Amino acid sequence: MPKKRPKLAVWKFASCDGCQLSLLDCEDELLAVAGAVEIAYFPEASRAVAKGPYDLSLVEGSITTPHDAERIHRIRRQSKFLVSIGACATSGGIQALRNFKNVKEFVSIVYASPGYIHTLNKSTPIADHIAVDFELRGCPVSKVQLLELVNALLNGRKPNIGNQSVCVGCKARGAVCVMVARGAPCLGPVTQEGCGAICPAYDRGCYGCFGPKESPNTGSLSERWGVLGVDKKGRVRAFRGFNAYADAFRRESEANER
Amino acid sequence: MKGKPSRIRTIKVDTLARLEGEGALYVRVRGDKVQDVQLKIFEPPRFFEAFLRGRDFREAPDITARICGICPIAYLLGASTAMEDACGVKVTEPIRKLRRLIYDGEWIESHVLHMFMLHAPDFLGYEDAIQMAKERPDLVKNALRMKKIGNDIMARLGGREIHPINLRVGGFYKAPAKRELEPLKEELKWGLDAMRDAMKTLSGLSFPNFEQEEDCEYVAMRHPDEYAIIEGRLVSTRGMDAPIREYDDHLTEEHVERSTALRTSVKGRGVCFVGPMARYNLNFNQLSPVAKEAARAARLGPICRNPFKSILIRGVETIFAFEEALRIIEHYEVPDPPAVEVKPRAGTGYGCTEAPRGICYHRYTIDDRGAILDAKIVSPTAVNQKAIEGDLWRFIPKNLGLSKEKLQWRCEQAIRNYDPCISCSAHFLKLELDDA
Repeated sequence: MPKKRPKLAVWKFASCDGCQLSLLDCEDELLAVAGAVEIAYFPEASRAVAKGPYDLSLVEGSITTPHDAERIHRIRRQSKFLVSIGACATSGGIQALRNFKNVKEFVSIVYASPGYIHTLNKSTPIADHIAVDFELRGCPVSKVQLLELVNALLNGRKPNIGNQSVCVGCKARGAVCVMVARGAPCLGPVTQEGCGAICPAYDRGCYGCFGPKESPNTGSLSERWGVLGVDKKGRVRAFRGFNAYADAFRRESEANER
Repeated sequence: MKGKPSRIRTIKVDTLARLEGEGALYVRVRGDKVQDVQLKIFEPPRFFEAFLRGRDFREAPDITARICGICPIAYLLGASTAMEDACGVKVTEPIRKLRRLIYDGEWIESHVLHMFMLHAPDFLGYEDAIQMAKERPDLVKNALRMKKIGNDIMARLGGREIHPINLRVGGFYKAPAKRELEPLKEELKWGLDAMRDAMKTLSGLSFPNFEQEEDCEYVAMRHPDEYAIIEGRLVSTRGMDAPIREYDDHLTEEHVERSTALRTSVKGRGVCFVGPMARYNLNFNQLSPVAKEAARAARLGPICRNPFKSILIRGVETIFAFEEALRIIEHYEVPDPPAVEVKPRAGTGYGCTEAPRGICYHRYTIDDRGAILDAKIVSPTAVNQKAIEGDLWRFIPKNLGLSKEKLQWRCEQAIRNYDPCISCSAHFLKLELDDA
């Protein structure tokens, strides 16, 4: 008798769709993945819907509306293993820039009739609302890490996904340090690797799209940026990017505001 | 009340599938009359235009790219060219060519995804491409390989497929060496043949008999020397012909009562259509001979008004993009330096490019130190929203003989004709959900 395939569901909250698109971008592996799991709920790819519970739920996007704050609990209840994927889901994403401002003002800047807008004051990561079994970083996530995650879960093992800094990635690919060699401000020393250290390899400083690495020394890096000529306002902006509301980056941007 | 009570039918699709972002459809029909059509957008607002204020002008490309993971180049380049316009800078010809090349990559990746993974299953009666792959493995496998070529261009030139990191105001951070692009040539040649071949399958699909009205207004960009992608004038089939800086004089966003989103229309005229069909109808003559030949073989005239046939036009444009990418790589000249210097000056800049789904407009005002004071971004799906509803108003009455399930699927297909990308939510209003 053929073994029943595990059910995969892909959910979307406030996001750009890029992380779930990463799954469709696995051109060489997509059909193999689709053979190993039952794609039970993935509206970006299919109009077929199978009922829960789901063995693996991938959750993209951040929580920004009262409706979504409810919906995520229903998804948790239907999911055995739930992974948040991408910077929006793991830190609140670029839309968390509202968290530092008055959201009402934001609404009136963009929309003619603010009365229609139902939005929360803050954009928050999934883990602020429910228990999350694993977080996959990145803006967007790395295809390689996404496949590793699905593969590991299908085989009942722990995903082999590191939390070292981008600096380690630069050494691994033999990229010259842009900060040492050219004095280019780089967030690499405090950012988790996963992208393959692409920015330094393309002659620019890392902009932190995988969020803070474990226990980063952001204060020291910030000082170094100062020496390289980036004023405090520039440093606030640097830490307020795609992972602005991740703890370490948020604290550092606030420290530079003082 | 006299007379036979009319039967009321409603179609509700709570989550529209196979499109990017979250949308829903609500249709109410009484007897043989359509009473209401609402394309609902429940993509939560993300306030890009608000939080761009105060950011440095050089940050706009990377930030706005996050509006859409499917067409980041439209935002990276729209923002870059708008900033260059504000600062009075023009990039060099080799940089322009590289920009076309990465945009060709995005067109290939996005068009192939839409044609074969999202749209073709509607025509062939499959729920999705995975299901389709079981019975038509070659069709899906070839599509995945073509899509990968587009992504490969993005990754080699941009650093990665989604949210590439190598584009900047003024050009690129690092220009690839010739030998880094060379390996793409063989695959591009294969892709060109594969797409020409796939056109036979696509043109054999059965298309609903449906035409848009003769006076409907298609809007696209036009460039004197090329099939416009990264720059041009704003033109339409009803006589619009203006520089991009006059966009706001011609296209306006209205907030209609009971409306769910800011909808774009042509001032004084009404609904407009953007996307592959608009580009094709306006700039057919500028397609390459091979692309034109593919269009003829697919029995497309120089004007096409059947939105269901947009799948064929995407095929024609994909052929064009494969050819152009190949040509650019063959004649590649490394831009040195990879970016021109752009010094900020106070002013307003305008940028517009042809995203796979249609024109994507950017306008920024910056101060003399480069801080953004004001931003406006209009995504193609915001423009097409009214057009999509317009199609449904006209399409449904002709198809009321279909079973409810079939009619619903047809309506979904009619929406997917536009490859709508609802994530581009910079300009969508949150919908009041109707609980009735």
